[in-house]
Amino acid sequence: MTGTRETLRLLDVTVAAGDGWIGEIPAGGRLRIVDLHGNQAVDTLIYDARDTANRYSAVDTVRAQGAVYLTTGSVLRSVRHDPLATIVDDTCGRHDTLGGACAKESNVVRYGEHTRHQHACRATFLRYAVTYGLDKRDLTHNINFFMNVPVTPDGGLTFADGVSAPGKHVELRAERDILVLISNCPQLNNPCNGYDPTPVRLLGWAR
Amino acid sequence: MTEGYRHDVPGGAAWSLTLRRGSTLRLEALGTDAVASMLLFAAANPGERLNVPDTLKAQMSARITPPMVLMSDLGRALASVTGSSLDWHDAITGHSIDADLDRFGPSDYGRDRNGWRRSARSLLLDELYVHGLGERDLHACVNFFAKVAPASGERAALAYAPGHAGTGDWVRLRAELDLLVVLATAPHPLDPAPHWDPAPVRADVAAGEPGPIPADDPSMTFRAESARALAAAERSLL
Ligand SMILES: [Zn+2]
Repeated sequence: MTGTRETLRLLDVTVAAGDGWIGEIPAGGRLRIVDLHGNQAVDTLIYDARDTANRYSAVDTVRAQGAVYLTTGSVLRSVRHDPLATIVDDTCGRHDTLGGACAKESNVVRYGEHTRHQHACRATFLRYAVTYGLDKRDLTHNINFFMNVPVTPDGGLTFADGVSAPGKHVELRAERDILVLISNCPQLNNPCNGYDPTPVRLLGWAR
Repeated sequence: MTEGYRHDVPGGAAWSLTLRRGSTLRLEALGTDAVASMLLFAAANPGERLNVPDTLKAQMSARITPPMVLMSDLGRALASVTGSSLDWHDAITGHSIDADLDRFGPSDYGRDRNGWRRSARSLLLDELYVHGLGERDLHACVNFFAKVAPASGERAALAYAPGHAGTGDWVRLRAELDLLVVLATAPHPLDPAPHWDPAPVRADVAAGEPGPIPADDPSMTFRAESARALAAAERSLL
């Protein structure tokens, strides 16, 4: 009620464990993702809202910033190298660019046949994506906010216990009108969330 | 049945080929710092494509090296890396873009003719369009012959390794499904060389047996995850 921000609030939603969300943030607007219980992986895709083929590109983002992890100041770039959003606040410290999303089929590859019918991010992504006319071809190598995927100089890569904690958040500023697609990861098979998916809160402001 | 063929891809060019299950593609660098930026699709359904995150995380590696399996987004092995003279091929920094050409100065077809400088992105898109594919199908590529290593440290800063590949370095893939392979030979986007002189890449395609992969195949025994992706590819063809 007091600050300018309060009067321009766009959204305040809680995304349940294993659920998803899709919505637009206008240019200059902000989206804050709050890790309510800690160590929850928030799989996120971003599109130019006016031209969804101009979507987030993990490799262009990683290359442009010359580093694997995302944090405050990281510019999230599209396949055409346009800035889609900038991380303007980050109380977690770093976020994964390499791990991608889980899917039933990749769960089977990683953990075995017994995981085939577990819930997974790709199904959540698609369920929300279709409401905007997007389909599987529009899914790409996503950001995992709050997830810890250590890489080593000798080329190793692992999943590890998270570096996040209850109440930590990351905040994006939209550099153009963007469409944000989120899967609040239901993964039950690796230590990044302590084997316990939990809700996250999304706060949005028009500027 | 043809035994195979050889095709030399000039530096700074694009190429695509179909590769039958069981056949092999051997790429050889014909100069220093050659790069083959490669996209892979299941030929029967190009909506199924290489998924670098799934490939890396399932095999716990930030680089591509033999005998790793290159996996699709549907949990199937597309190809196995059955051998290489190099222990590191980059898959985390993507193809070059037009802005990477700025340092070479202006280039146009009228002046440079077939030496017209193009980025890997432009080259890959042109080749995708031929197959009825496009920007939505552009995915994280493997940059064969390139090494970009993450430093230890809070951000995992990346360092390109100049001279990682020299003339004669090679890598060999075995198709585990019928594939559409699309590649470009523009310089790596992080290659700081001031002169445009992309090296050609030689491709040798050889017919192979499409039968079951032996249990003692190195890609089968590499990791349980690799074996499961190979089994999924095989099972889906029954
Ligand atoms: Zn997930």
